[in-house]
Amino acid sequence: MKHLLNTLFILSENTYLSLKDENVGIHAEDGTQNFLPLLGLESIFCFSYKGASPALIGACAERGIGLTFLTPNGRFLARVSGRSQGNVFLRKAQYRISDSETESCLAARCFIFGKLYNHRWCLERTVRDHGMRADVQTLKNAARFLAETSQIVLKTTELDTLRGLEGQAANAYFGVFDHLILNQKDDFRFTVRSRRPPLDRVNAMLSFGYRLLASDCAAALESVGLDSYVGFMHRDRPGRESLALDLMEELRSVFVDRFVLTLINLRRITAKDFDVSENGAVLLNDRGRKIFLKSWQERKREEIKHPYLQEKMQYGLVPYVQALLLARYVRGDLDAYPAFLWK
Amino acid sequence: MLVLVTYDVNTTDDAGKKRLRRVAKECVKHGQRVQCSVFECLLDASQCKTLQAALCRIIDLSKDSLRFYYIGNHYHTKIEHFGVKAGYDPEGTLIF
Repeated sequence: MKHLLNTLFILSENTYLSLKDENVGIHAEDGTQNFLPLLGLESIFCFSYKGASPALIGACAERGIGLTFLTPNGRFLARVSGRSQGNVFLRKAQYRISDSETESCLAARCFIFGKLYNHRWCLERTVRDHGMRADVQTLKNAARFLAETSQIVLKTTELDTLRGLEGQAANAYFGVFDHLILNQKDDFRFTVRSRRPPLDRVNAMLSFGYRLLASDCAAALESVGLDSYVGFMHRDRPGRESLALDLMEELRSVFVDRFVLTLINLRRITAKDFDVSENGAVLLNDRGRKIFLKSWQERKREEIKHPYLQEKMQYGLVPYVQALLLARYVRGDLDAYPAFLWK
Repeated sequence: MLVLVTYDVNTTDDAGKKRLRRVAKECVKHGQRVQCSVFECLLDASQCKTLQAALCRIIDLSKDSLRFYYIGNHYHTKIEHFGVKAGYDPEGTLIF
């Protein structure tokens, strides 16, 4: 089993990254320098304006270390993926599936089924744990709707129908998402999902978390030799990592939604960890981002038992394992893609 | 697992100084320098053997010495630090 290595986050705006003796050199504005061996790194997230030296970019690409650049606000800029890895036959098989609407749908409905299943789990978990405080009836109704929809999803053979079902389910889910927030109600309210820019604190965290997860998924797909830009449900569009977005669907609620709720409900993050800009966009500030990333890393190191493989692993390895299973499905070794169904 | 690598290279002649630099450089690639000739390296078994082989090729076995301490996976409880340059936890959250 692959070993989960560490992730390096560069949060200071004016930090420059370089390569020295197979170490990442972190050069801060005030002249301090740190050196970390590339050996122990899985990926680097750089939120700095100054970026990295071409030598470091090359070294990361060669070693398969994911290098992602974002603006200090967390907007995605670029990801370095290096030479295509893996088997050309696998990629060709992937393109063939992607080209056929029916085959794409067969694969895509597994993702969506997983997504609905995990959404439902997310709601039911609150009902079970906080039955006295949450609006049980509303949550149960939404959960039942998700359960019914997921049964229809399994029989769908048209991609457009599938997208419609997914939309309805997402509406039902985000419609009751506010009921899952139990503490700090005055500061954290969820009305509707808003993106680019996120307009409230909950959306700010969701967007940030989805971005991190998407990068992880893309890196995982590339590492098993799949093309992260050719999707099944998300159609091709220049610069969009469609397959990473597909793979992410089932992981969203488990990895991000639940995580964001934990931060709020346990009061780990508070209203003062956010900045509001003039156009109404709400974003995490430096302090908030540090709290978020620190908990995110801790979460990734938690051990779980994979529901399909029945094997113990760290949370952070799940995207990688799902990518492996997806590769097996694409290659024809598995009859259907086993989504990550979390309980 | 965490491996502590320490070395003593005889630097009475120029060849020795050269060896010292090469040993240090090899160690820098694999871990963090916690003291002058002491490195903490988080490695798996194969990486550890690779490092050992590389270092043994560099040093002169009749003049220099090399020691590996295997601290294992649960090293947090086994290390205490006093004074400056505390170092970082290679498995902790790396935010700069």
